Amino acid sequence: MSNKKTKTVKWGEEPKLGMLDALYLPAIVSGLATAVRHAVSGKPTTRQYPEVEPEIPPNYRGVHRLNRDEQGRVKCVACYMCQTACPANCIEIIAAPAPKDDPHWKDRDKFPATFTIDELRCIYCGMCEEACPVDAIELTSVYDLTGLTRTEMVFDKEKLLSVFDETVKSGKDPVRTNRGTLGPASEVAPTGRQGPPPPGRGKHG
Amino acid sequence: MLKTLINELVEKWPELWPILAAIAVILAVVPFLGLYMTFIERKLAAYVQDRVGPNRVGPFGLLQAVADGLKIFLKEQVIPDHVYTVLYFLAPTLSLMTAMFALVVMPFGPVPTNYTGGFRFIVAPGIDIGILMMIAISSLSAYGIIVGGWASNNKYSMYGAIRSCAQFISYEIPLGLSIIGVIAVAGSLNIEHIVDAQSKSIWDWNIFWQPLALLIFFTSALAETNRLPFDLPECEQELVGGFHTEYSGIKFVLFFLAEYTHIVTVSFLTALLFFGGWSCPGIPSPSTPEGASLTYMLLGLLVLVLKVSCVVALIMLLRWALPRFRFDQLMGLAWKGLIPLALVNLIGVAIVLSLDLPKHLLVVTAALPVIAAYYSATQFNASMAKLNSERSVLSKSRAMSYE
Ligand code: SF4
Ligand code: SF4
Repeated sequence: MSNKKTKTVKWGEEPKLGMLDALYLPAIVSGLATAVRHAVSGKPTTRQYPEVEPEIPPNYRGVHRLNRDEQGRVKCVACYMCQTACPANCIEIIAAPAPKDDPHWKDRDKFPATFTIDELRCIYCGMCEEACPVDAIELTSVYDLTGLTRTEMVFDKEKLLSVFDETVKSGKDPVRTNRGTLGPASEVAPTGRQGPPPPGRGKHG
Repeated sequence: MLKTLINELVEKWPELWPILAAIAVILAVVPFLGLYMTFIERKLAAYVQDRVGPNRVGPFGLLQAVADGLKIFLKEQVIPDHVYTVLYFLAPTLSLMTAMFALVVMPFGPVPTNYTGGFRFIVAPGIDIGILMMIAISSLSAYGIIVGGWASNNKYSMYGAIRSCAQFISYEIPLGLSIIGVIAVAGSLNIEHIVDAQSKSIWDWNIFWQPLALLIFFTSALAETNRLPFDLPECEQELVGGFHTEYSGIKFVLFFLAEYTHIVTVSFLTALLFFGGWSCPGIPSPSTPEGASLTYMLLGLLVLVLKVSCVVALIMLLRWALPRFRFDQLMGLAWKGLIPLALVNLIGVAIVLSLDLPKHLLVVTAALPVIAAYYSATQFNASMAKLNSERSVLSKSRAMSYE
């Protein structure tokens, strides 16, 4: 036991100071050489931002959008899942019954009369996207959001839909999740066709 | 009364206008230079760090310096409640004033040793105590920093000022000692004469027989300018901003300008004292002062400015090559390294001069730092060995106490 103790205490020895180290000058010259080498290399790593835009990864979490379905209606069914999931409390939805007499809305029960997201309060965590059962809300790769007033940064339904139109049109942001026309909540669950559990999680998932 | 004054002025005008013109040049060039040196420094720093630096205002970002200058003029003047107001206002002025005043005896272009009339590149030509006065005045700039630190009434500023004070006192000595050899061989304190003594051939440049003196001079001068690696009076990591923590707006600019003026002064002195000033191998100096043609003057100016820019670039590059000294290391370098070396160098010069030996024998002084380094390395290793043996004894006794 005691033998083990003595072995655990070890003193490291400082490297011996050579004459060249004590002279400082070689180290200074090599430092200068490094500085000059970088200065004349002419390969700056700076990206000239407004002219050269960065490559945004496809799973980037930027400004939200509200997706449209095939008929151009808002896909959202006003289920309040996203509002409940949002850790920053920045989504506000007022639901309304879908106009049943309108043939256009025949197959829908509910839709959001208003849908606002405070983009300033949002922490861009993506919880809303995860929570949505019909894939109506998605985060896009729009990263350069600016505004002059706070009210301007509270996006309403129209604005969020227009973000959808714009991002889909530009082709940069295809609809990310596509589990069916209205998503899994509205469809028969494809039982027995689920694949194996994702790799790397161990036996218990 | 007024009439006699005007008469006097008219009478003295031929002697007066070159002085006024030289002062005007300095007053016009120094702030401009200060602004653009910040720009160059930022660009250089950017290149060293693989960035591109300011490039948005004007072509290549050239107007960035102007924009910064304008912006800082419009800044709010924050005067904290707890400062000693009079001293607080005095300090930046004092700082810049002393820095500019040192330029009075500094030739910023070719000045023949016995110049008679007309424009010349110096405010006060033929001052026989030139270099002495310059060093005396520029060391006064410590007052600006000390007063500023004291008046700020704030511990960080005070620490900065105290450090600066200690640093100035320590590095004045090697600075003065290192150039005595140069002065002794030229036989004059007059900077024009010192340059003249180097103008015969390139081998007469003082660097070729006083390399050690150049090393000591440059190191101490760097410490005097508070530049990295000697920027302890204003190191951000420890002292917020050092002595200028409480200063904002135009008062801060004055401090800043003083610092850059110091860098320019030091670079000029290095070029003048060690690199032959405006003399250049290809350009023969005129046989008589009257023979100094305009082309010669302009060429000389160009040569001097080139040499000075090289030194300035070196100072700026050093900033990115070296870490900051610890304070005890800083003091140790001055008192245990530079001062003894400078003294030995001085003895060498004395021997060579009194025995009438060729001065180029003094090149051997370049070996002195190597000897000093060998000595200090042995000392250091011995002390480390002692420490280690003490530690091993300690660890053994600890180990026993575990049992
Ligand atoms: S990204 Fe997160 S914080 Fe933003 S709205 Fe969605 S859930 Fe809320
Ligand atoms: S979770 Fe989806 S469907 Fe439900 S309210 Fe939010 S956006 Fe609409």
